[in-house]
Amino acid sequence: MIKHLLSGGDLDADTATEILDTAAEMATVAGREIKKLPALRGRTVVNLFYEDSTRTRISFEAAAKRLSADVINFSAKGSSVTKGESLKDTALTLQAMGADAVVIRHPASGAPHRLANWVDGSVVNAGDGTHEHPTQALLDAYTMRSRLGRLAGLSVAVVGDVLHSRVARSNVLLLSTLGAKVTLVGPPTLIPVDIAGALAPGTNVSYDLDSVLPNVDVVMMLRVQRERMNDSYFPSAREYARRYGLDGPRMRRLPEHAIVMHPGPMNRGMEITPEVADSPRSTIVEQVTNGVSVRMAVLYLLLGGNNR
Amino acid sequence: MTAYLITSVSVVGAAPTDLLIRDGVIAAVGPGLTAPDATVVDGAGLVALPGLVDLHTHLREPGREDAETVESGSRAAALGGYTAVCAMANTSPVADTAGVVEQVWRLGREAGLVDVQPIGAVTVGLAGERLAELGAMADSAAQVRIFSDDGHCVADPKLMRRALEYVKAFDGIIAQHAEEPRLTEGAQMHEGEVSTRLGLIGWPAVAEEAIIARDVLLAEHVGSRLHVCHVSTAGSVEVLRQAKARGVRVTAEVTPHHLLLTDERAETYDPVYKVNPPLRTAADIAALRAALADGVIDVIATDHAPHAVEDKECEWAYARPGMLGLETALSIALDVLGPEWDLIAERMSRTPARIAGLTGHGVDPAPGVPANLTLIDPAAHRTIEPAELASRSRNTPYARMTLPGRIVATFLRGEPTVLDGKAVK
Repeated sequence: MIKHLLSGGDLDADTATEILDTAAEMATVAGREIKKLPALRGRTVVNLFYEDSTRTRISFEAAAKRLSADVINFSAKGSSVTKGESLKDTALTLQAMGADAVVIRHPASGAPHRLANWVDGSVVNAGDGTHEHPTQALLDAYTMRSRLGRLAGLSVAVVGDVLHSRVARSNVLLLSTLGAKVTLVGPPTLIPVDIAGALAPGTNVSYDLDSVLPNVDVVMMLRVQRERMNDSYFPSAREYARRYGLDGPRMRRLPEHAIVMHPGPMNRGMEITPEVADSPRSTIVEQVTNGVSVRMAVLYLLLGGNNR
Repeated sequence: MTAYLITSVSVVGAAPTDLLIRDGVIAAVGPGLTAPDATVVDGAGLVALPGLVDLHTHLREPGREDAETVESGSRAAALGGYTAVCAMANTSPVADTAGVVEQVWRLGREAGLVDVQPIGAVTVGLAGERLAELGAMADSAAQVRIFSDDGHCVADPKLMRRALEYVKAFDGIIAQHAEEPRLTEGAQMHEGEVSTRLGLIGWPAVAEEAIIARDVLLAEHVGSRLHVCHVSTAGSVEVLRQAKARGVRVTAEVTPHHLLLTDERAETYDPVYKVNPPLRTAADIAALRAALADGVIDVIATDHAPHAVEDKECEWAYARPGMLGLETALSIALDVLGPEWDLIAERMSRTPARIAGLTGHGVDPAPGVPANLTLIDPAAHRTIEPAELASRSRNTPYARMTLPGRIVATFLRGEPTVLDGKAVK
């Protein structure tokens, strides 16, 4: 097993599949009256969050607690970080406290890579800047596999602000490793340069959502921040929604079996309409549930729970 | 004053000869010289070059003496084979007045290891809003001739035009940091495949090329001298090639790191590789090397940029851009160009001395010329250990790399600043 999970690219097909299979076992725990396993008893998991992200933090917290780990939540707000402590000094502090794993969310791309140089324990990237969010990609893959029965050969459209999306990068890497075909869709201003060469050969790019929809098994809508329109990425929220938002008529262009995903939090009315978000095709709530199982699997495998 | 007799040394790659240094000048050149009073330096196997001249050095004093001082930077320069460096203006306070440039100039004289020629800021506080008192700096004891807002681009086209015109009165030159600021907001590294993969905001090549294109047209329009700092892209080379073909009075420099390192170095997220302009691609490196050989790029300049440990031992986005260069530049040039001694002398000594107006520097050793020279052992190799560098900072991108060539001795006006590879003071 790998030591750190920093990028979707850290996982080969066998390792990724092992995580998804383990997550399926972990999911059965959630159905029990006592939702707890003793696997990580006595181990310490630190949630080191430099950005507000309640949903990701509580997902990791629930995952670690269900495995009986001791959980320390270290939020940048109201801590020494706001007094200017460096990431390195924070790392050395966590190291001295005996953290077995550090789950880090950070606004700077690559911060988890830096942290991994300074701590002995495992580092899990819970979202770094505009880089990656590998556990999100794993839970998305898990959700696709449980809904559609497979990943190999699936056609997946990832729609929206790919440029600033850590979810998109991790998904392209992981889905390509697992044999799915990814098409990135958005206005040209929000598609980064050389994306296929950068991430995975065979990744397609389209600027036309309507032409893509009839041929996909999965459409994943990305959150688009309204602030982007103040920086000329697109003229207005309304124009964005008209060209790249998923509404009812567009949803009906999808094949019968196709699912609609969103990593949350959603901008209802911007990239997705309530009709779509609340439809039976939507897996948005399932994704949250699956997130806990997948993060249990990641912590369990990284911390060598399977060797004990 | 001690006399020095350098025996059997190859002057700029020619057949071995002897050099006698006396009273600050080269007293004699020729085989079989004798001088009983002189200290003998065995030059067998060594190459003598006119002392190197750096058009682009950050000495950090005043303001960030924890990162570098005029003295520590001067020592690093001497150990790198330099006899003169041009100190950039982005200190704290900014070198935008006669007082600050004279302070830097005086500190350089006191250190006495290289000639420190201050560069003056183009605009007050590097803010890009109004011209600094360029004439006062030119008339000061520091006799400033090069003006630059380096670290910032003089982005306003009207202000750039005025600066180019104004310095004609005292044969000044504007050295532009070519970076269209609106195209590089928040930029962290070269915009391309690697920035996409790493999720770091890209610094597109066009942001440099657009400013160079504008500035060569402005320089042509007003008939002024323009110098382009740290050219980093293949597209910039083409713009410069066309401008030079038209007769525009433009010169350009390239840094050692832009001749050797690519943007793939960023994959570690180690900010020792963060620099502005950023490391580019292998295709850019090939174009820069070709331009250096054919003269479209005139000069190798280090952009020596010391930074304190805490400014580099952090997240990439929060780190300061820049890397050390003075103690490794000659080795990188030798690695990139091979033992093309005349070309190295041209790009690292004669041409930069001419651009900066530093008489007495950049002149090949010959009877009667000031004894500003450096001796290189081209057969030696050394492994770069950051802790062994003379700079106060440690941010070299060449740590643990083995590079060719070693500076054995450097003479400033006949006085050794480096002997046996060690700083004399």
